[in-house]
Amino acid sequence: MASVTLRSVTKAFGTVKVLSGIDLTIEDGEFVVLVGPSGCGKSTLLRTIAGLEEVTDGEIIIGDRQVNNVAPKDRDIAMVFQSYALYPHMDVAKNMGFSLLLRKEKPEAIGRRIEEASGTLGLGALLQRLPKQLSGGQRQRVAMGRAIVRDPKVFLFDEPLSNLDAKLRAQMRTEIKALHQSLKTTSIYVTHDQIEAMTMASRIVVMHDGIVQQVGPPLELYDRPVNVFVAGFIGSPTMNFLAGVAEVKGGPGVRLDDGTLLPVTGELALHEGQMVTVGLRPEHIQFSTKGLAAEVLVVEPLGMSTQVTLNILGDRLTMIAMDRPKIAPGDPVKLTVEAANVHVFERGTGRRIGNKPN
Amino acid sequence: MQNALYTIGLYGAVFLYLAFALMPIYWTIKISVTPENLLYSEGIRLWPSRATLANYASVLRATDFPRYFTNSMIISITTALIVTAVASLAGYALSRFEFHGKTWVSLVLLLTQTFPLVMVIPPIFRIMSQLGLTDNLYGLIIIYTAFNIAFATFLMQSFFDGVPRDLEEAAMIDGCTRVMALRRIILPLTLPGMGATVAFVFTAAWSELLFALMLINSDSQKTFSVGLLTFIGKFAVDWGQMMAASVMALIPVCIFFLFLQRYLVTGLTAGAVKG
Amino acid sequence: MTLATRNAHDENRSHRFSVALEPWLYLSPALLIITSVLIVPLIIGISYSFRKFSAFRSEYVGLEQYRTMLTDDVLHGAIINTLWWTGGSLFFQFFLGLGLALLLNRPFHGRKLVQGLVFLPWAVPTFLTGLTWTWLFNPVIGPLPHIFYAIGLQAEPVTILANPETAMWGPIIANIWFGIPFFAITLLAARKSIPSELYEAASIDGASAWQQFTKVTLPFLAPTIAITVMLRTVWIATFADLIYVMTAGGPAGSTNTIATYIYVSAFKALDKGYASAVAVLLLALLIVYALIVIQMRRALMKDK
Repeated sequence: MASVTLRSVTKAFGTVKVLSGIDLTIEDGEFVVLVGPSGCGKSTLLRTIAGLEEVTDGEIIIGDRQVNNVAPKDRDIAMVFQSYALYPHMDVAKNMGFSLLLRKEKPEAIGRRIEEASGTLGLGALLQRLPKQLSGGQRQRVAMGRAIVRDPKVFLFDEPLSNLDAKLRAQMRTEIKALHQSLKTTSIYVTHDQIEAMTMASRIVVMHDGIVQQVGPPLELYDRPVNVFVAGFIGSPTMNFLAGVAEVKGGPGVRLDDGTLLPVTGELALHEGQMVTVGLRPEHIQFSTKGLAAEVLVVEPLGMSTQVTLNILGDRLTMIAMDRPKIAPGDPVKLTVEAANVHVFERGTGRRIGNKPN
Repeated sequence: MQNALYTIGLYGAVFLYLAFALMPIYWTIKISVTPENLLYSEGIRLWPSRATLANYASVLRATDFPRYFTNSMIISITTALIVTAVASLAGYALSRFEFHGKTWVSLVLLLTQTFPLVMVIPPIFRIMSQLGLTDNLYGLIIIYTAFNIAFATFLMQSFFDGVPRDLEEAAMIDGCTRVMALRRIILPLTLPGMGATVAFVFTAAWSELLFALMLINSDSQKTFSVGLLTFIGKFAVDWGQMMAASVMALIPVCIFFLFLQRYLVTGLTAGAVKG
Repeated sequence: MTLATRNAHDENRSHRFSVALEPWLYLSPALLIITSVLIVPLIIGISYSFRKFSAFRSEYVGLEQYRTMLTDDVLHGAIINTLWWTGGSLFFQFFLGLGLALLLNRPFHGRKLVQGLVFLPWAVPTFLTGLTWTWLFNPVIGPLPHIFYAIGLQAEPVTILANPETAMWGPIIANIWFGIPFFAITLLAARKSIPSELYEAASIDGASAWQQFTKVTLPFLAPTIAITVMLRTVWIATFADLIYVMTAGGPAGSTNTIATYIYVSAFKALDKGYASAVAVLLLALLIVYALIVIQMRRALMKDK
């Protein structure tokens, strides 16, 4: 059980910078998810923590020990790979016991640990099988069993659920989270799926182009995204973005391209005439009698909610309605959003515009 | 009607290729079991009226061929084993590591495949005689090893490429050093590939003629290829015996080749396309 | 720097060094052997080409050996023979090999067995290939002269190897026999890697078998073809074993290629210097050839 600290971690392949000055502290027992699009550097970061990649600069500290020059096998970590990486020529029991064998543990101790882990994961009946005789979900569990048996300081997960079908993925998500609650081992989990991030993390780290965009609990990232990228990445369906110009005198509000004024809260630090991007979550958009003019394009009933795609100013807008609105494609409608739910970002930098300082 | 034509054409073509490929071998076997007295009179029959194994018997008992066979065996097996071991290490490095000069190494290896070997005959002869390595098996083993390393490395590299990297990474996290991971996890998985490489190098070493001809003089050290060649010049030609000796030269190679053929398809393409 | 940070710094440096060194450790045995046994002699061999060797000594003669090459008629004959040898062998090997590969791609009874058998010629040691075909051409024990006579190709059943006009075809045919499996294997493997959806889409689009071949098969095979042809050309051009065994360069030098000429010069005539010069010529030609093919391949890949 240990914390993991990253200081100014930089990684370059030749002239290409994959990680730029990452600073991060992961507390003992936390479940932190590194999330971002392909190529953002999250897997590379995980691998530097594991010791499978060298850092170009910076420090990696596990517990209170700097491990830059320490081999993976001596870092006391365990990793679950996307492809599970089970040893094909060994059966499940041997796969799980391999690390203990290398540590020269006694056979009885090894047997006991395998039994415990396989019990937790429901692998008891599969111990003599070879990996190729297992299903995807079973292989996944063996990979986790292999990690658990080691009782390491840190668990590392590299997109472990990507190769599973949707239903299995949802099931495994819950299982992994339950496992973490019982074992309480520090866990670092990499995924490109923001749903996994939202549901499993105690804190999420959003990465883009090798830089940490935002770190925080899931709901904080959802409610107060620090820039357009995080706002657009977290949340499904994606947040809607519209361009506009800030007006302080008549509003405060944002004048959209079609002339409509979208009111915003008075605490925002806006300048008159500032170019901004407005962000609206689908569930915050409501039908009304006056407001933004839009045209209904597609209506998708999901049972519990209805997803409506609208055309506004040539852009698409996605909206989630919890009732069942009586509308059809082609209908002209008017939309509003409560001022408190309007996110405003600087147009150039994409940074969130916060409240005025007191 | 079209279907019948197609089938006839297909099987006809297959038959032609097969006949072309097997005819020389068949012919050699046929002559080898033809008794001497029938040789000239039945020269072009498809199968002798009375087959015999006498030729084989005399080759084994009355000539030096058993010794030549043994020499070639020793050289070929030793070369194959050394080359496979060395090429495995090199192929692993090329498969797993990125490093400065990697392209240069590949180019150098490719170079040794493409330059005329005849070109190095004079200097090698000189060096070998100075080192006292002419006229014995060790000199040939060293030379054959060097010739075959490049291709064997390409073969092993493509076999290693077929093993996912995560496996040794998982092993290194589990507690192995890279060398241990290589030994315990990766090598068992590339065993078929290594077998194919051994077979390939064996075949190449077994077939070599020119260097053996150049470096070996004494009868006791001759390889099969040289032995067969000089046999021709020696006496009035005993065709039956020579064919018998040739058939025996084929046996080890055919055995290995049947094993190797399957894996060579993958190995050769990967090596060839990479260029 | 304090002592602590300097130690950490040194530790970092030595760690980084051992990480960078690792691949070279794996490569070292291979590189060592190749350098000492091949590269060094190669360089020495090139240096020989600037010397003249006689019974017990050698002297530096600059470019004299190269100048001699310009007036050496035997060499000129050998160059022409080499072109015939390489071109003739390659042409038939390649197309017959391609045909075989396409044939083996289709299902038929006993295909696996046929595949194994038809690749056997590649396994036969080359000296044996040479000897066997020599015997096949020999009227005493071989069927071919009689067959040629029977179908009118020859005026009388003799071995084609004795006639300077026809001798070259002997090794060429043997080489074809030997080389078909090489092309068949590599082209078959490449053909198998073409996704079948492409053919399905093409036939839905109405492409005939020939069009499918030219529009789908050939473009995909092009890189493999380029590499295999290049490799095989180089091997054939430098291949002295087969010819040496069958004809030793005769009769009357009609089957003498650059490769056999080098071997004979170096070995028999004892003028290693001249042999080395000729070898350097061959090497230069091959390098030029290889570069051309590589460029062609790059151009082909760009098109895709």
